[in-house]
Amino acid sequence: MTDELFLQPQTPAPAPDRSGTPLVEMRDIHLSFGGVKAVDGVTINLWPGEVVGLLGHNGAGKSTLIKVLSGAYRADAGQIFINGEKATIQNPRDARRYHIETIYQTLALADNLDAASNLFLGRELTTPLGFVDDDAMEAETRKIMARLNPNFRKLKAPVKALSGGQRQSVAIARAVYFNAKILIMDEPTAALGVQETKMVAELIQELKRQGLGIFLIDHDIHQVMEMCDRASVMKNGQLVGTVDIADVTEDDLLGMIILGKTPERAAPETVQ
Amino acid sequence: MVQDAPAETVRAPAKDGSGGFMRAVRALDIDLRLLGMIGALLIIWLVFDLVTGGRFLTPRNLFNLSVQTASVAVMATGMVFVIVTRHIDLSVGSLLGFLGMIMGTLQLHYLPGLVGHGHWSIWIVTILAGVGAGALIGAAQGYVIGYLAVPAFIVTLGGLLVWRGAAWWVTGGQTVAPLDPTFSLLGGGAAGTLGATWSWALAAAAATGGLLLQYISRRRKAAHGFPVKPLWAEIAMSFIIVGVIVGLTAVMVAYPVPEAAARRILAARGEAIPEGPINMAHGIAIPVVILLVVALVMTVIARRTRFGRYVFATGGNPDAAELSGINTRLLTVKIFALMGALTAIAAVIASARLGAVGNDLGTLDELRVIAAAVIGGTALSGGIGTIYGAVLGALIMQSLQSGMAMVGVDAPLQSIVVGLVLVLAVLVDILYRRRTGA
Ligand SMILES: Nc1ncnc2c1ncn2[C@@H]1O[C@H](COP(=O)(O)OP(=O)(O)OP(=O)(O)O)[C@@H](O)[C@H]1O
Ligand SMILES: [Mg+2]
Repeated sequence: MTDELFLQPQTPAPAPDRSGTPLVEMRDIHLSFGGVKAVDGVTINLWPGEVVGLLGHNGAGKSTLIKVLSGAYRADAGQIFINGEKATIQNPRDARRYHIETIYQTLALADNLDAASNLFLGRELTTPLGFVDDDAMEAETRKIMARLNPNFRKLKAPVKALSGGQRQSVAIARAVYFNAKILIMDEPTAALGVQETKMVAELIQELKRQGLGIFLIDHDIHQVMEMCDRASVMKNGQLVGTVDIADVTEDDLLGMIILGKTPERAAPETVQ
Repeated sequence: MVQDAPAETVRAPAKDGSGGFMRAVRALDIDLRLLGMIGALLIIWLVFDLVTGGRFLTPRNLFNLSVQTASVAVMATGMVFVIVTRHIDLSVGSLLGFLGMIMGTLQLHYLPGLVGHGHWSIWIVTILAGVGAGALIGAAQGYVIGYLAVPAFIVTLGGLLVWRGAAWWVTGGQTVAPLDPTFSLLGGGAAGTLGATWSWALAAAAATGGLLLQYISRRRKAAHGFPVKPLWAEIAMSFIIVGVIVGLTAVMVAYPVPEAAARRILAARGEAIPEGPINMAHGIAIPVVILLVVALVMTVIARRTRFGRYVFATGGNPDAAELSGINTRLLTVKIFALMGALTAIAAVIASARLGAVGNDLGTLDELRVIAAAVIGGTALSGGIGTIYGAVLGALIMQSLQSGMAMVGVDAPLQSIVVGLVLVLAVLVDILYRRRTGA
């Protein structure tokens, strides 16, 4: 984790450059659970330094779509390209190899372990002899938590004993610690207080500046308007459309989510 | 390192005026649950000692207790991993019988023909083969559980029947005896002990190791700028560590080997037999040494290796473990393979102690092993358990049974008491967790 990540220059990150190859392209992804078409032919993409909001009603298929990218699910059909090259993501280990990090809606923490063990789960720091180095991990955890959530003190308690927001901080810390190139955030601020939400917003700006691509799932339209460069809207497993945030109003986005209709003003070349 | 025992790190609510005792416990950073189990054990011991008029707390009885506990305790350390990952293994008793049979026939009927009767390598080859077979069988069961997704309860219930039947087939129901003399030492008869000198040497090594670990841990914490215990607490802890080791060793050394047996042992070793009375001590039994080594290794695995960390993570939240890139299926195979290997070690101890392998070797052991792990604080809901807890649990169970046998309690009543204690122990554990929020 680099220290400049948390320096606080408050100018917004520059607009992403979308002329090169996209960082991520998910093409025509299909995934059904039994008879339910959770994701039905969705195509989305993401460029470096860009935040793309994924919007849609409950059950629209947002989490399922990003879980295909994070390796939690395998798509029935469709392709994923990372930096223009076809990627095979069969499981979470594969996703980590592509530097994809995910904050799951369910947080995916082992409740019986402490914050440090969760932060480093699957990637423990070890001593030269190969044993797990708890002290080193705790020290690293203290450092990152001091910046993400300064009120975080319960380093030794199992995360079961933490508040919802504190647990969320642990999940966020885990996703940003390991130098991700692609970050997936599924409702990362759902349980956070005002101050902590603001810190996450600043963190996203900082990560953007460093050239990460971020998929952000969020039900708060206002927040999406502030943080995202583009938004892809889903309804009933299908993509309604992808729009430039600069071209739309909050009402336009609401219309897309509820009615499934793309406003005429939206940039046509990005609409699927 | 919280995964091994959340209770260790969740301090009891810092109520003021809760007395000097609680404050001392906090400063010493002792696990309250460990303290509770030791307290329960001491109460059981004292009660039996009173009822039997002082026959229970004798070096002789405590020595026997330690030997009788070893086999079940070895398996209980493996059962901790199995239960922590929300599985169960009902096959260990039958598997112990089967592995005992294989090892018995190997050392009696096959190896002597290959290397010659009484060859030094027989016991080693036998044990290696047994541990290998145990690990392989465990891995096979683990494969069906992890990769084919058949519940562990069913797979190992099947194993319970299969391995008991297989044990019968090995010899067609014949008892295998006598076992190789060196192999038999591992069962802890009068000859199968360390004796006074080696017992004290082991105690010295253990005490030195304990103090060294304590020092290293303190220095590392200080290096990271973490809070460390006050120095007086550290010193008090050192005294406790050394005191317990010295005390237990002294008890074992205080149990003399009877004159006649001592003569036999010296003769067997080819040593000179003195004229006058012989002063030979039992000391720590070899199966207990095996148990201590197993418990130490298993504790290191649980707390200091990635494998151990993944065991507890998977038990706490299987989905989170999978999403963190842990191969939970392969992990299941490894856990059951480890359980099988430990069952083989337990089979060595159990068969060597009896000097023979009969058809019923290990019968009902699965229940003793599971009970030991559960009394020791392993939660069936997963994610929680300690190695030392399982060993203490086995000791508590064995103390109850030996004590009741000594008092002359009927076998049916013994079962009733052990059954009730099992439920009570889990109830107390649940209440304790609820109060501390662990
Ligand atoms: N594991 C599963 N098994 C069966 N059906 C599932 C599963 N996961 C999701 N679904 C179904 O797939 C559809 C899409 O679910 P998904 O979780 O992707 O929605 P979402 O857009 O993330 O919703 P929310 O905003 O509520 O998080 C829903 O109809 C849901 O019921
Ligand atoms: Mg969702």
